[in-house]
Amino acid sequence: MDLSYSAEYEAFRAEVAKFLAASWPLSGKEAELPGDQKASVFRGRAIEVGYLARSVPKRYGGSEQPADVLKAQIIREEFFRARAPGELGGIGPSMLVPTLLEKGAEWQKDKFIGPTIRGEIVWCQGYSEPGSGSDLASLQTRAELVGGEWVINGQKIWTSGAHVADYMFCLCRTEREAPKHAGISYLLLSMKQPGIEVRPLRQMTGAADFNEVFFSDARTPADWIVGKRGEGWIVSRTTLKHERNMIGDAANTVMMFEGLVALAKRSLRDGRPALDDPGIRQRLVALEGYVRSHQYSGYRQLTKAAKAQEPGRIGLMNKLVSTNLGQEMAKLALDLVGDDGLLEPRERRLGAPRENGQWIGQFMWSLGSAVAGGTANIQRNVIGERGLGLPRDAAAQRS
Amino acid sequence: MNFDLTDEQDLLQETVRQYASNVCTPTRRRAIFDGDDGHDTELWRGLLELGLGAIAVPDEFGGAGLELLDLALAAEVLGAEAVPGPFLGHSFAGLAILHAGSDAQKKTWLPKLASGEVLGTVAFAEGDGRWQPEDWTLARGATLTGVKAHVPFGAHAGLFVVGTRGGGFALCERGASGLVVEPLPGIDRTRRIASLALENTACDVMPGGPESASRVRDAALVLLAADAFGGAAKLLELSVEYAKTRQQFGVTIGSFQGLKHQLATMAVEVEPARGLYWYAAYAFDHVPSEAQRSAALAKAHLTQVYMQIARDAVEAHGGIGFTWECDVQIYFKRAMFDRAFLGAPAAHRERAAALAGW
Repeated sequence: MDLSYSAEYEAFRAEVAKFLAASWPLSGKEAELPGDQKASVFRGRAIEVGYLARSVPKRYGGSEQPADVLKAQIIREEFFRARAPGELGGIGPSMLVPTLLEKGAEWQKDKFIGPTIRGEIVWCQGYSEPGSGSDLASLQTRAELVGGEWVINGQKIWTSGAHVADYMFCLCRTEREAPKHAGISYLLLSMKQPGIEVRPLRQMTGAADFNEVFFSDARTPADWIVGKRGEGWIVSRTTLKHERNMIGDAANTVMMFEGLVALAKRSLRDGRPALDDPGIRQRLVALEGYVRSHQYSGYRQLTKAAKAQEPGRIGLMNKLVSTNLGQEMAKLALDLVGDDGLLEPRERRLGAPRENGQWIGQFMWSLGSAVAGGTANIQRNVIGERGLGLPRDAAAQRS
Repeated sequence: MNFDLTDEQDLLQETVRQYASNVCTPTRRRAIFDGDDGHDTELWRGLLELGLGAIAVPDEFGGAGLELLDLALAAEVLGAEAVPGPFLGHSFAGLAILHAGSDAQKKTWLPKLASGEVLGTVAFAEGDGRWQPEDWTLARGATLTGVKAHVPFGAHAGLFVVGTRGGGFALCERGASGLVVEPLPGIDRTRRIASLALENTACDVMPGGPESASRVRDAALVLLAADAFGGAAKLLELSVEYAKTRQQFGVTIGSFQGLKHQLATMAVEVEPARGLYWYAAYAFDHVPSEAQRSAALAKAHLTQVYMQIARDAVEAHGGIGFTWECDVQIYFKRAMFDRAFLGAPAAHRERAAALAGW
């Protein structure tokens, strides 16, 4: 056990820090650019020197670096420290790109990967349907090949970002006679067409980040399919694996915990900092036990990944651990913000630190993340069945 | 960057596990648990022959010169197998002499503790939750007079490391005048405890002060945390096995979602928490600034998790889990020991808060 980095890695860290010192924030005329353009200019440079889009080949616009989880970790740490824009987030770069790299046709990689990792095109994911949530493979949205085009009819729901997306990657039933899982194909389609209607769904937080999407003879070319007909379920599993990885990152949890401690310092109880309250101290340290567990568990998974070893069943638990923590921290935060909890999360109030409103948002958001990407109960099924080797229940086995 | 065990450390754990499962069979463990004396000297001798008394003792004093992590890894396995015996108290005594003793005291005692020629233990508690060096009131002088509670294997030990006022230590030997040991009806019958009364008892004062006492406490907390992790992980395994074996309504009960989710919840409590004691042990030897706090956090968290997992495991085993004959109760009571010994979780959480400057 040795938590320090070797000289080679420390040298790499220094190199990254030097690049950041020279490149971020942007200077001169570039400092006048709008925020997202600044980030885009910077990301282009970071890809050039090999710090971002490392797993994406150069011919598709990535920096094609040998896989090295420790270097990737150092880059994340240094970018975070410098508050520099890191790997582009969102469903396209984090889920579609790895899926295309693994299963996509050559022309699909050429056409889509570069613009996606540069943020020039935005994707949404068409998976869930009103009748198909946890039992996703029961989905009914149909696609039929008519004259060299897929014609799509049906409905998707919980589609994050559909109102701003340029394209969708989507699961559709294409093989009507095939068994449930084998009848699904993975299609790409343009969102900018008359056969698609997007209706926003307003969340309990008041924001509208996701949507219902209705398809009425929406169209996409015959070769905008990833994998073969009927292989969509398998192709989508590649993607879900990436989504779970994306959600279970301990860095966010640690950062949120630090924010919670800061909140306890500035919140008052009977005129004194809440952090002096013995009950609050107990709850904070009890939470920290879980936060550090998650953090060290991350160190161990990182070590295993660096040695090309499988993480084992702990890898199945990351999502549940981090969403549990997100909820527990938000509950403590609600107690700390006190009467601010009577107000709408987005309200900016005179005298109230803006972060208090964000914690009230988090109190609700943390429920959203416990449901998104597989509900907590589904996670417990996965841990029980794949992690602990317990038998599937009879009802799920039949379908 | 390497947060994992070495091959040697894996081997150490495997060796102890092999010995425990071959020698400390459930039948033998049960006999010790139900017996009057509670100390199986032959079993203890075998552990000493594996080197378990010598792991963290420096080479010059007849030890293996390894780190706290290695000792904690052994503690984890003993916890997992619920091995009865004086490993913890004996280890605490060695750590105290190593960190607070004079050269002469180290030369005299460490080789004997490493080999097991002498059985050591510690007398810290003064009742009402007063476990910490800051709480000790027993006056230190040429002789000692006072009472200590909850001394592990006090009825068997040859050497007592006694905590004294202001975070000091003194050594007393069995048979010294005025030293009276009274076995207590301890809940954990795999780790027997006794009270220790001293009246003008001759002692050998150790030079170390509060800073040494603090180090000893940190190390002891890590070992308790490791024991707790081992026990909790084993209870998860036993509960999962039971759920895969037991049949009702014509199917194995582990296929029912209610039980499956309980077991998954247990797994999520236990598995990620391993790193807490690893990190605390690592910090003890390599990150001095974080040693105290991470030890407090590990002890508070892991012993609380162990206690809850023990309750869950009883439930997962159904009616049989509630019986005396089911081994789950042995773990349950070890969890009670780990939780209370050296201070309850709440006490260490408050310490952790204060140590963070909160």
